[in-house]
Amino acid sequence: MELVISTELHDRLTHHLENTFPNEGGGFLVGHIKGDTRQVTEVHLVENTFASEEQFHRYLAEAGAFQRIEDEADARGLSLLGYFHSHPDHPAIPSEFDRTHAWPYFAYLIVSVRGGKRAESRLWELAANRESFIEGQLSFSQAVFEEKSVNGNH
Amino acid sequence: MATIKIPTPLRAYTGGNAEVNVTGATVSAILSDLTTQFPDLRPHLYNGDELRNFVNIFIGDEDVRFRSGLDTEVEPGDKLRIIPSIAGGR
Repeated sequence: MELVISTELHDRLTHHLENTFPNEGGGFLVGHIKGDTRQVTEVHLVENTFASEEQFHRYLAEAGAFQRIEDEADARGLSLLGYFHSHPDHPAIPSEFDRTHAWPYFAYLIVSVRGGKRAESRLWELAANRESFIEGQLSFSQAVFEEKSVNGNH
Repeated sequence: MATIKIPTPLRAYTGGNAEVNVTGATVSAILSDLTTQFPDLRPHLYNGDELRNFVNIFIGDEDVRFRSGLDTEVEPGDKLRIIPSIAGGR
């Protein structure tokens, strides 16, 4: 899987994750799917609703947030591509907790935030047998991807 | 006949369809019919025989946990939905 995101949107989400430090933060990625490539056109910041005393190492986006963002994406011909979350003072590598809670075909963007500053972003996808994650390719574009250039009919 | 909306990450297992027709008198029977039609869905919805705890089943806007869970009765024409809770951690 390749995930293409503009530097502007990546800056927006990592800024959010720096603000939630030392707790975990996260949100959803919306855009287009073309073959094995996911093109991010929107970043949705979503509140961490895990128990507050556990937020230093856990992130939870409630079903209501998923429902709302998926409905909005479907209605506009976009796709819910995946989600991002931070690992405060920890590598951008999926944990066992990540694996057991993961969904297939979803882009998992993990951002390591060290001392309140972003350190590394890496992309992962759950293997079909659910036993491991496969690292994907995270690519940056300079400008926000324009929907009309994907559809080619504007 | 009822319908169930499939979350985006699982649509690869339903031929890309966001909504599937299903039959059954209870939520449990509906999920059984769904995973019979699309067997590759099962490991992502169940851990053994137990529904994974981050899998939420709604009828309309109501989480079936607040009714009778998997024993909740389903009427013809009901619109069900699978909504994941998304969780992660270091």
